[in-house]
Amino acid sequence: MNKEKINKYSYWKANLKIVSILLSIWFISSFGVGIIFSDFLDKIKIGGFELGFWFAQQGSIIIFVLLIVIYCFLMNRLDKKFEVSED
Amino acid sequence: MDVQLLTYIIVGAAFALYIAIALWSRASTTGEFYVAGGGVHPIANGMATAADWMSAASFISMAGIISFMGRDGSVYLMGWTGGYVLLALLLAPYLRKFGKFTVPDFIGDRYYSNIARLVAVICLIFISFTYIAGQMRGVGIVFSRFLEVDINTGVIIGMAIVFIYAVLGGMKGITYTQVAQYCVLIFAYMVPAIFISILMTGNPIPQLGFGSKLLNEDIYLLDKLNLVLNDIGFKSYTDFNKSKIDIFCITAALMVGTAGLPHVIVRFFTVPRVKDARTSAGWALLFIAILYLTAPAVSSFARLNFINTVDNTAYTDTPNWFKNWEDIGLISWIDKNNDGIIQYRSGNALEKNKPQFTSERGQYNQRLVLNNPTSNANEIYIDRDIMVLANPEIAKLPNWVIALVAAGALAAALSTAAGLLLVISSAVSHDLMKKTLKPSITEKQELLLARISAATAIIIAGIFGIYPPAFVAQVVAFAFGLAAASIFPAIVMGIFSKRMNQYGAIFGMLSGLIFTATYIIFFKFISPEYNTSEYWLFGISPEGIGIIGMIINFFVALFICAITKPPPVEVYEIVDNIRMPEGDK
Repeated sequence: MNKEKINKYSYWKANLKIVSILLSIWFISSFGVGIIFSDFLDKIKIGGFELGFWFAQQGSIIIFVLLIVIYCFLMNRLDKKFEVSED
Repeated sequence: MDVQLLTYIIVGAAFALYIAIALWSRASTTGEFYVAGGGVHPIANGMATAADWMSAASFISMAGIISFMGRDGSVYLMGWTGGYVLLALLLAPYLRKFGKFTVPDFIGDRYYSNIARLVAVICLIFISFTYIAGQMRGVGIVFSRFLEVDINTGVIIGMAIVFIYAVLGGMKGITYTQVAQYCVLIFAYMVPAIFISILMTGNPIPQLGFGSKLLNEDIYLLDKLNLVLNDIGFKSYTDFNKSKIDIFCITAALMVGTAGLPHVIVRFFTVPRVKDARTSAGWALLFIAILYLTAPAVSSFARLNFINTVDNTAYTDTPNWFKNWEDIGLISWIDKNNDGIIQYRSGNALEKNKPQFTSERGQYNQRLVLNNPTSNANEIYIDRDIMVLANPEIAKLPNWVIALVAAGALAAALSTAAGLLLVISSAVSHDLMKKTLKPSITEKQELLLARISAATAIIIAGIFGIYPPAFVAQVVAFAFGLAAASIFPAIVMGIFSKRMNQYGAIFGMLSGLIFTATYIIFFKFISPEYNTSEYWLFGISPEGIGIIGMIINFFVALFICAITKPPPVEVYEIVDNIRMPEGDK
């Protein structure tokens, strides 16, 4: 394999790693705490909210926005590191 | 000033703004018509995506539905936002790098097959028309209630406005009007929410107010709501009613469906760079989240307010909004115990649920219905769609807020309709004509064709609005189910698996499509009497079945692909190319 190919390969591997970690958090924060474990979390109350209910109607959405922000940051850094950025 | 005059002024000003923007940003090439020349700033694209995505369903119906579903309503909140994470991480940057005009373009080129392209075109047209029918109904409701024009006239006015900026401006015109429409709709959504939150809890931030104590009472709003609901025979607002597996599958199907909706995906073709596609997905979700985080607060406020205002009130003492909505046929009261007082309880008030009004009035001047009363104590039929529109009136907010909500609802419906019309027209002029049937047409002819098909699509959409097909509500599950079971897996495999070939993709799409469609058609149309959890596959309702369709698609595709020959070398090059941000588009 030539150098360019190795570079492409490791860039793609690093990309897949970022995507799979972020998607695991995505799954846990919505399906995990909002649905599967919500009965358990509902026993904890913060203000007027049962925690499982809060995650299902508010928390998960906030985490989704943060995940995309983190993704942009990590990918921009990765693009620079592998010198594949467009600018 | 009275509400109607104010509504005319505010809606008129908004319409003038949209037309002015459309005239300023006319499209002169197919590139500008399909993808706004690929030069939209990521923040502008984020706003346009948000307006494109947030339809009459998000603005008008969603908070109302959640208000009556309580905790189960979370499926819409998580489902319609979580899809953006999939979109940002799995689709948007790669499709931007691919750099063509439409979703079928990608599927056709990546799978080197016009059959694959055609399957994608059919899915796309079906999904988009399903969706448009809902938008036009929204436009009709707003016009008839707030401007007191006939629903048909309302739909025609709406069509004319969309016609001007979609046919003239194409994607370029649509993008910049959507930016304006986002501003109108979010302002119109937030103002009443903030007002009501202050009135009920003293907290100006609705997201916090919804978890606070009620003003002048030592009890949390949600606890009070649970108490009041239990009192009149409903389950608690914060408890699940549906089974968890169904909640899980509906949420998943809506998320994946969102990521597979062509009018959303195509927005990421309009930004200049791969980096911008990622950033603009983030902006889009942020702008969407502002409304989606407010909606559940509005839902709980509205439910409590509604019960307080209506239950145990003499019909003759009900406020004006109650009678106005009754006149339009979206509220109905049947005095089962002949006491002249409204009782709101759990269960359907009328047999067949939807009221069929007669032209007669009863002793309190209420509208009479043909339906037989049911045996329970509930006397009220209420259409969930009116909660957001009626909310400012229920909470007795000033008239200009009511007018503003009308303008916001129109902005939400029109912006989505325009986005959908554009993907329909580009699928016809670009994918069907230029790429499949008649490759010899010039760019000028293609642009003309795009305009003609946009105009035709508007007319068909308008006919849907004037003669709404009875199946509109049922087919929404269809749009998401089909997007989840066909388009999403085909694109994801096209990017993440180099080995995936045309046979795998085509058989995958078809099997996902046929399975999902059969399941939905069986339970929604052929045998609705079996549409209960005991007959469902694994207890999954037709709304959630798309996720099983998606899994079938993946398995069939991987199996067929493993036993057929790999794709040609050029395809490996395409995939290599879209995986890297740098290099040729």
